[in-house]
Amino acid sequence: MKELKLMKGNEALAEAAILAGCDAYFGYPITPQSEVLEYLAQDALERTGMVVLQAESEVAAINMIYGAAGTGKKVMTSSSSPGISLMQEGISYIACAELPCLLVNVVRGGPGLGTIQPSQGDYFQAVKGGGHGDYKLIVLAPSTVQEMVDHVKLGFDLAFKWRNPVMILTDGALGQMMEKVELPVQLSRTTEEPDWATVGKPKTRERNFITSLHIEADKMQEINLHLQKKYREIENQEIRFDKFECDDAEIILVAFGLVARICQKAAQLARQKGIKVGVFRPITLFPYPSNELNKLADKVKGMLTVEMNAGQMVEDVRLSVNGKIPVEFLGRMGGVVPTPEEILHKLEEKFVGEMV
Amino acid sequence: MNEKTMTEEQYFSEVIAEENICVNENLVFEKPETLLDTPMHYCPGCGHGVAHRLIAEVIDELGIQDKTIGVAPVGCSVFMYNYMNIDMTEAPHGRASAAATGIKRVLPDKYVFSYQGDGDLAAIGTGETIHTCNRGENILIVFINNGIYGMTGGQMAPTTLVGMKSTTTPFGRDIAIMGNPLKITDLIAQLPGVYYATRCAVNTPVNVRKAKKAILNGFKYQELKKGLSFVEIVSNCPSNWKMTPVESNKWMEENMLAYYPLGDLKVPAKEN
Ligand SMILES: Cc1ncc(C[n+]2csc(CCOP(=O)(O)OP(=O)(O)O)c2C)c(N)n1
Ligand code: SF4
Ligand SMILES: [Mg+2]
Repeated sequence: MKELKLMKGNEALAEAAILAGCDAYFGYPITPQSEVLEYLAQDALERTGMVVLQAESEVAAINMIYGAAGTGKKVMTSSSSPGISLMQEGISYIACAELPCLLVNVVRGGPGLGTIQPSQGDYFQAVKGGGHGDYKLIVLAPSTVQEMVDHVKLGFDLAFKWRNPVMILTDGALGQMMEKVELPVQLSRTTEEPDWATVGKPKTRERNFITSLHIEADKMQEINLHLQKKYREIENQEIRFDKFECDDAEIILVAFGLVARICQKAAQLARQKGIKVGVFRPITLFPYPSNELNKLADKVKGMLTVEMNAGQMVEDVRLSVNGKIPVEFLGRMGGVVPTPEEILHKLEEKFVGEMV
Repeated sequence: MNEKTMTEEQYFSEVIAEENICVNENLVFEKPETLLDTPMHYCPGCGHGVAHRLIAEVIDELGIQDKTIGVAPVGCSVFMYNYMNIDMTEAPHGRASAAATGIKRVLPDKYVFSYQGDGDLAAIGTGETIHTCNRGENILIVFINNGIYGMTGGQMAPTTLVGMKSTTTPFGRDIAIMGNPLKITDLIAQLPGVYYATRCAVNTPVNVRKAKKAILNGFKYQELKKGLSFVEIVSNCPSNWKMTPVESNKWMEENMLAYYPLGDLKVPAKEN
């Protein structure tokens, strides 16, 4: 039987990293995610031989990741918003050099130093680029502590399948809250050496080098075209989402992460009042489930996007729906979490008048 | 044909080859196996090429080509991976020692070195440099100090000498505005994590030999897991110093070496 435990989100994620056979973690403390490094520092080395190193900054951490990822090992870092901002140059290099790795952003409220309270204000940064140039991260958005666990192995699998950095985009509330989780079995650490890895060149092969430098415009365009082709393929194959009572719904709440759970509560309250509401939750924020939302738009009167930011994912919802139906927005910022009641209120205000 | 009117090629094919002296026993100089045939893009007289060759020779001599991973960040040597026949990573500007740390930590039995310019190592990457040294990462850092930002066209580096002109100090470096040139090797030599710190040059045959010895030491200490070895090579940049190669070497000896004197800054305590 698998183990059931009551765990804090950040600790569950750290435990999942050990169990996934992660080879190395490099990170720098920042609230609300320091528990990841603290948890790993306890006994990860003893248990699996995993390297755990506190770097001198997030800039150093992401470049340790860059070097170590180049050896074909399973490597990860975690941070929170300001720290992830510092990492952006390195993330862009990693994406261009096509190195697999797992990045975790336990988002806090910004801009600036902001607050250590939960937020979804880094959606744009995670999904639209963040660093320089045209690149994409695969972005996973857990909504439970269980998914904080599950997305670690999924993240590594996707990272290696596509040779692409994967980001788990979660928030301070999920990182700090305790829930029951089922932990997976212990997997072994990396034993294989991918043929592209920089591990020392034997006589039998050409040297491997990891670079994102291509001086000639034609060559750099070629690299870009290759990346774009890969991203389209990821869009074809890796979209993940969750639907809650969408089948007979007339209004759809669209939300990711923790907010989707609050939306479920709001949907239940609405149904008690006789308003048929469903919840659509993108699990992958890139690739984004645009087609699904577009199809849903044919069946419903409107959508309300709820986020803990000033309106970021709502842009993608609107692009997906492409004007078919109205898409409204409710946002809370700076660490304020929306309540089911205010979601219901907004929903009634925007849609119910028209429906009767 | 008259030997005197022959071209070099003709002389080689008709005289030297005929005499049958191109045989292994007579070989006095060859390209290290670890160096590729790619023509280097460095300007004539630049120290980078010599430093590359020395690293390649040492790797050959130690027979560790299959166990060595190099990291070169942005700077004139950004294309080092095109010249060295080993696995390499091109790091962001300033971050080579962090990337090298990442590699070494997951591959502790491999040889890892970084090769960094002065702008890279002592300006944008100072934090990484200090902390990599302080942790005593078991790697070799080769530091090319040419007192200038070569790649970006001759701007001031942290190592630019007082009064020295650069495109961003057109009237010469002024201490009141820009502070003093940074002797970073002296700084890191203070750190317990650093096992070996030395300053060399590649301007004369004797100095070239000493620099090679220093690089060899660095790899050997790594084999013995002694911690960090740091080899500074005071170098030149004829193009951005706006001098001929010969002038630049002379200027380097008279000015750079006066401020950055050659010699060991930290040597291993005698072990018995
Ligand atoms: C983040 C970042 N900032 C600035 C640059 C531009 N840049 C590239 S190389 C360089 C300086 C190189 O000088 P140095 O490290 O001394 O190497 P050299 O070319 O002299 O060998 C600069 C400023 C960059 N590539 N990345
Ligand atoms: S610009 Fe200077 S450092 Fe760069 S290759 Fe030319 S001489 Fe060497
Ligand atoms: Mg320089």
